[in-house]
Amino acid sequence: MKPSRPADPYWLLLPTFVFLFVFFFYPLGMLIEHSLFSWDLLTPARYVGLANYRSLLRSGELWQTFTTTLSISSAVVMGSMAAGLALALLLDRPGRFAAFVRGAVFSAYVVSWVSVGLLFLWLLDADAGILAGFWRHFVHGRAPQWLGDPALAPWAVAAVSVWKITGYTLVIFLAGLQDVPQSILEAAELDGASPAKRFASVTWPLLRPTTLFVATTSLIASFQLFDVVRVMTQGGPVRSTTVFVYAIYEQLFLDLRVGRASADAVVFFGILLLLTGAQFWFFRSEASA
Amino acid sequence: MRNRSSLRDWLGKSALCGVALVWLFPYLWMGLTSLKPLSEIIDSPTALWPEHPTLAAYREVFRSLPLARYFFNTSVMAFGIAALQITLALPAGYALAKLRFRGRRWAFGLLVATLLVPAQVRFVPIFSLLARIGLVNTLSGLILPFGVSALGTFMIRQALLSVPDAQIEAARIDGASELYIVYRLLAPLLRPTLISLFLFSFVSHWNDYFWPLVLTTDEHARTLPLAIALLREQGTGVRWHLVMAGNVILSLPALAIFAAAQRHLLRAVTVRGFGG
Repeated sequence: MKPSRPADPYWLLLPTFVFLFVFFFYPLGMLIEHSLFSWDLLTPARYVGLANYRSLLRSGELWQTFTTTLSISSAVVMGSMAAGLALALLLDRPGRFAAFVRGAVFSAYVVSWVSVGLLFLWLLDADAGILAGFWRHFVHGRAPQWLGDPALAPWAVAAVSVWKITGYTLVIFLAGLQDVPQSILEAAELDGASPAKRFASVTWPLLRPTTLFVATTSLIASFQLFDVVRVMTQGGPVRSTTVFVYAIYEQLFLDLRVGRASADAVVFFGILLLLTGAQFWFFRSEASA
Repeated sequence: MRNRSSLRDWLGKSALCGVALVWLFPYLWMGLTSLKPLSEIIDSPTALWPEHPTLAAYREVFRSLPLARYFFNTSVMAFGIAALQITLALPAGYALAKLRFRGRRWAFGLLVATLLVPAQVRFVPIFSLLARIGLVNTLSGLILPFGVSALGTFMIRQALLSVPDAQIEAARIDGASELYIVYRLLAPLLRPTLISLFLFSFVSHWNDYFWPLVLTTDEHARTLPLAIALLREQGTGVRWHLVMAGNVILSLPALAIFAAAQRHLLRAVTVRGFGG
């Protein structure tokens, strides 16, 4: 449509773009600039070139943060996808009880990460937690330190995140299942295909776009995990759960190293862009295939 | 044959019960813990029901924290963000969906590009920006960085594409201004989309921990999730009955909104994915 007055579209968009400039584009420029300085928020900033990036690389900190983030988020993505798909197949049925169970699983996604973090901190508490209690009762001996052992803590954090976001994967898979034509499934059943066979040769291939969507959105989102780490482990023990956002937060607020935090954020942003680009590329080739 | 199908039915039902248990037991345990005195919690960690149920933990939490203030802060922040996002997204979505003008593609591309920049990347510079203009520890500082939601604008634009041009033309002929068209004619037509957006934004910012943690250093603008998380960090030895009482207070409003408006939240989620 032609605007009634030529200027109309511009002032209708103006407020949105003022906000975008102040809170998106300007900060992004500032972030890149800060990453070239050494600054502690108190004394004047000093230009250091690429030194922040170099020290992130040389100290091995960047690599460690990256692998920690990658392993936790891969576990979260695979766990929540497997659980979400299994639950979608189980709960894709009429009836009030199934609807109630769907709601129960999804409720965890609506509650805050802080609530969930505190809840599981208590369930997993090594001394008075109920899981440790059951362990002593049924397995005997001291329960493992789920959150105190660097070999276990990342998986504990991942498991809690899976519990939290499976509601999301469940909802998306349920929507995907609606698009699988009932007629094909019935035809396969008449041909004598077992339920497992029907899933493998009809449902699963037809769910492919849904699967890709869930995989990429939840990978990008789980790269940004922070709350659950801050509440449950504070990045520990021995940095075993120091994911990207937590590392940036720590550099800024605990170490007051603005430059280094900014350099870390720039790298983090680059990784997110790569992941999003891969997602785009995936869907492009999917759409043309 | 008959036996087999009833066995399958039974298996299916017990699987459902198992799933319900995995997702509901943690809430139940939270509620039960909050009703126990500390001595019971320490002496018998696996006892399900409290022997002497008491509301002492809730009294203690209400006594030791200015909960009314945190409630007020959190509500104002979440409401302010959701309302601001919708107020700004409506005219922008309208211009992008319905008006032809130079630079439209460019404006749309720029908007979609901001979807790639999460708050977790922007917070370092935004923090120092807000610190410079004195907005640290204020509700405005909590609200303004989230004033525009690129995804909300995008959703509103998509919804407006299906509104026929003739309806807008007719309003123009009747002498309606563009603002009248946006807020009085189109907004009511988009009711379901706006409700979904509002609720989803409200709940995710009610729950937000990251930005209030970064931006508040004292009681003044502190929000509920932050205050409840601090309950655990205070004093020596964790007093779990207090933490769980606080957790009940924190999660009940989100669960209540969920119970009342599950359908609306689901709509927003399927479009939006999760994140914030």
